[in-house]
Amino acid sequence: MYDYLQSNFSHDSSPPFQGVPKTFSRVVDLCSFDPQREGVPPITFLQQVLAVCFYPELLSDENFALDVRQRARRLIQSCEGSSVGCYTPSSGLVYIQHRIAEFITRRDAGVPTDAHSIFICSGFWRTLTMMTKLLSSSEGEPQNGVLVPLPYPHTLAMVLGLAGIRSVPYRLREDTGWAMDLEELQRAIRTARGCCRPMAIFISNPGNPTGHVQNRKSIEEVIKFAAAEKLFLLVNEVDQHSVHGSGIQWVSYKKVLFDMGPKYWEGVQMASFHSLSNGLMGECGLRAGYMELVNVDKEVMIFAETLLNMDISSPVPGQLALDILLNPPQPSEPSYDLYTQEILTNLATLTENALRAHDFLNSLPGMSCQPAVGGFYVYPRVDLPAEAAGVEADVLYCQELLEEQGVCVGAGSENGNTGGEYHLRLDPSSNTPTRKHALVRLGAFHLRFLDSYSCGPHLETP
Amino acid sequence: MSQHRLVNPLVRNIRALKRGALVRQAVRIEEEIKQGMKKPYNEVIDVSRDNPHATGMKPMSFSRQVIASCIYPELIDSDKMPLDVRERAKTLLECIGGSVGCYSDTIGIPIMRDSVSDFLTRRDEGVPSASGNIFITHGSDHGFGLLLTMLVRGDRSPLVGVLTPVPSQDFGNALVASGATAVPYYLDGQQGWRLHTEELQRALRSAREVCDPIALYVINPGDPTGHVQSRESMEEIIRFVYEEKLLLFANEDHQDILIGEGCMFISYKKVLAEMGSPFSDAVELASIHSASKGFMGEGGLHGGYLELVNFDPSVQIEFDRLISLLGLPIIGQLALEVMLNPLQPGEPSYEQYQEHIRETLVHNVTRAFEVLDSLPGISCEPINGGASMFPRLHLPHIAIHQAKEEEKLPDFFYCSRLLEQTGLCVCPGSDLGLPEGTYHIRYKAPPTLNTNVFIILLLLFITSPYLQSENRPVSECLNFLKLPYN
Repeated sequence: MYDYLQSNFSHDSSPPFQGVPKTFSRVVDLCSFDPQREGVPPITFLQQVLAVCFYPELLSDENFALDVRQRARRLIQSCEGSSVGCYTPSSGLVYIQHRIAEFITRRDAGVPTDAHSIFICSGFWRTLTMMTKLLSSSEGEPQNGVLVPLPYPHTLAMVLGLAGIRSVPYRLREDTGWAMDLEELQRAIRTARGCCRPMAIFISNPGNPTGHVQNRKSIEEVIKFAAAEKLFLLVNEVDQHSVHGSGIQWVSYKKVLFDMGPKYWEGVQMASFHSLSNGLMGECGLRAGYMELVNVDKEVMIFAETLLNMDISSPVPGQLALDILLNPPQPSEPSYDLYTQEILTNLATLTENALRAHDFLNSLPGMSCQPAVGGFYVYPRVDLPAEAAGVEADVLYCQELLEEQGVCVGAGSENGNTGGEYHLRLDPSSNTPTRKHALVRLGAFHLRFLDSYSCGPHLETP
Repeated sequence: MSQHRLVNPLVRNIRALKRGALVRQAVRIEEEIKQGMKKPYNEVIDVSRDNPHATGMKPMSFSRQVIASCIYPELIDSDKMPLDVRERAKTLLECIGGSVGCYSDTIGIPIMRDSVSDFLTRRDEGVPSASGNIFITHGSDHGFGLLLTMLVRGDRSPLVGVLTPVPSQDFGNALVASGATAVPYYLDGQQGWRLHTEELQRALRSAREVCDPIALYVINPGDPTGHVQSRESMEEIIRFVYEEKLLLFANEDHQDILIGEGCMFISYKKVLAEMGSPFSDAVELASIHSASKGFMGEGGLHGGYLELVNFDPSVQIEFDRLISLLGLPIIGQLALEVMLNPLQPGEPSYEQYQEHIRETLVHNVTRAFEVLDSLPGISCEPINGGASMFPRLHLPHIAIHQAKEEEKLPDFFYCSRLLEQTGLCVCPGSDLGLPEGTYHIRYKAPPTLNTNVFIILLLLFITSPYLQSENRPVSECLNFLKLPYN
């Protein structure tokens, strides 16, 4: 489906399907998280600091607040040759690695962090790709496997496939808001051992696309399971700043691991991932994220660095932006008020839109949606009429929706949900009139779709 | 649990570059300086990487002003910036969707790709370029990596081979990392590092015994060699790939810097087009360029492109799919755009921009070459393009012996001592694939640093018995060599 979208549409507004009359003039993409494109404003402090970093003559411009100029000065100094244009070491600027380490230690109430185990990379997927390359087996050896959640982030299958790694799913429990299920994990590992060499378990917390946030007990269960089965933990924590459910506390896997004491803290190996693209800044175009390796041999870390050397490091502006994401202005600083206001506004906007989409979809017959409390995905189950069901019925549904209404949503089969249950995947971002209207059109399409099955012609399969 | 087994053997086979060890040494030295340890120098000067801004070249003001204004659009409305900056930023901001934080299209923003193809058509004097064949990249290494990923799909036996020039940057490692194998062809170190077709044929013959060679990788202007190919030489290469049915990958990243008197750069695309049928319809060519080198030197921004010529459309679709996982930075595309659409005479920022080009690299590289080649113990092939210096060291036997005692390669040994004693970090030639027996170092000519000063430092290492005794202070050696340079 993603391929279909990519091959037919780009971000410009020229009408697709030249020559075919359509009821819409522009495709509205409701499944890619690109908030700034949809009008969610960038954060002023970030824009100002980066602009000054690029053009240091602005350091003497007093129209920029003092903290902007001080931050920019510090960041410029951290760059090779005081220029954002210079190459950095392959795992990122040393100063930024330290700043990330500071952030992690603060976030996790004092758990020690070694700056040398932080690898800055060009976005989450790139980092994960690198990690999987490290983990994959070679010709002649049994295939390595990774336990993956079902549903999983839709690009995960491709990343693992490219590395020649077998993915073995463990089902999340939809009826409990997509929580992890220990029995399911155990069933999955048994299956895995029968067909590959399971080495790792991939977890998204907050969940992608489910929006589930694990509680401490659940995390402990997973850690114990990984320890018992000698699995490497690959933890996707890119949405950690986007927790919005009331009363929900997100805690990092690293913190829980530490609190579990030496037995686990000294044994379980983990890579946790974070990125600039998600969350409230939505700086997708800057391309930066990082990976923290915990309890991994220095030798293996050197391999990771070697691989990164061969690969693309994170562009410098992205690395600098990471510093701002993770170490925002403090209450005593001039930019604090505006910064906080903008962040909270973005959080409110994104949350509101996710909830609005959630409520709207839930109200449609045949759709039911678990509440999402972290991240801004909306992942409703769609009960398709029996006549419509079939292989990839959700893909066909999405294709029809796209062609008829110009609204693009993701098909749940891209998240691994195949065979009998159908889901859609949305990432509503903003509340522009276009997007609000797109949701309405989705609803109208859905009702017509259901209607056509109760008394209309059968869906023609291409 | 042993973690070693976790690591994919493919990765374990990647040769640890000596440069990595030097970088670690440099970091350690910098820490020591910070902690107040006394040294004969107070900073490390790293000329081993392509970081001209670190050695005195100023970033291009116009480019930086435009990008800063795109990042913080309030600058467009203020009059801090010259008019041409504001107008360019305004246009670009519209093209990228209003913010540098948006996602880019996976193969690049359409307007940027159009910009690239316009530039190419202009550069190649009318040879048409279609934006459908242009892919935006993070830079040349990324472009090369993409091509390799496309070639090497799944476990193949025999291994896919790529003919790769020696010497060249990090010889072979990118290939190993992608599961291919590098087949070396040796450039002629006595004749300005030119390519000989006989050598290509020899390499190909030997390759066919151990792998499936599919492509020829050329770098023009050469890096680190500084060789700029003549049209005749390029035509020979094209005939060679045509006959042997190889893909041609041309890394043309240094095309902007031409040093040699009367030296001209022609693109492989232009030569291919002008050779006419059957070559121009059949040879599959991929050309790479970026904003990382040359007078932009904006390697940290990650802006580059790749152009495919005569590739099968189905291959291009596969290519599209492969790179869809990546994100392209918007800022890198802005830098690329400014590089390809430079200022025109008459625009307010033009004067300053022109001066910038004239004043920098060309003059200093020429000067550096003259001095280097005249020193005893060092010889240098003529540099016609690019900004790499690649002198050959005639190391004294004592030094070679000492290196072997310490189980180090002689050129790495030299670089390590040079770094420790003078703070100057250069790259050992052994990383570039050259066989044992000759020793080279490679460094990027600093644009405005007093080239003479550190060349003198280099000289000290050859002529003074420095390599045995670590206690000679630098100042003493400076006196020893009363050189008439200023």
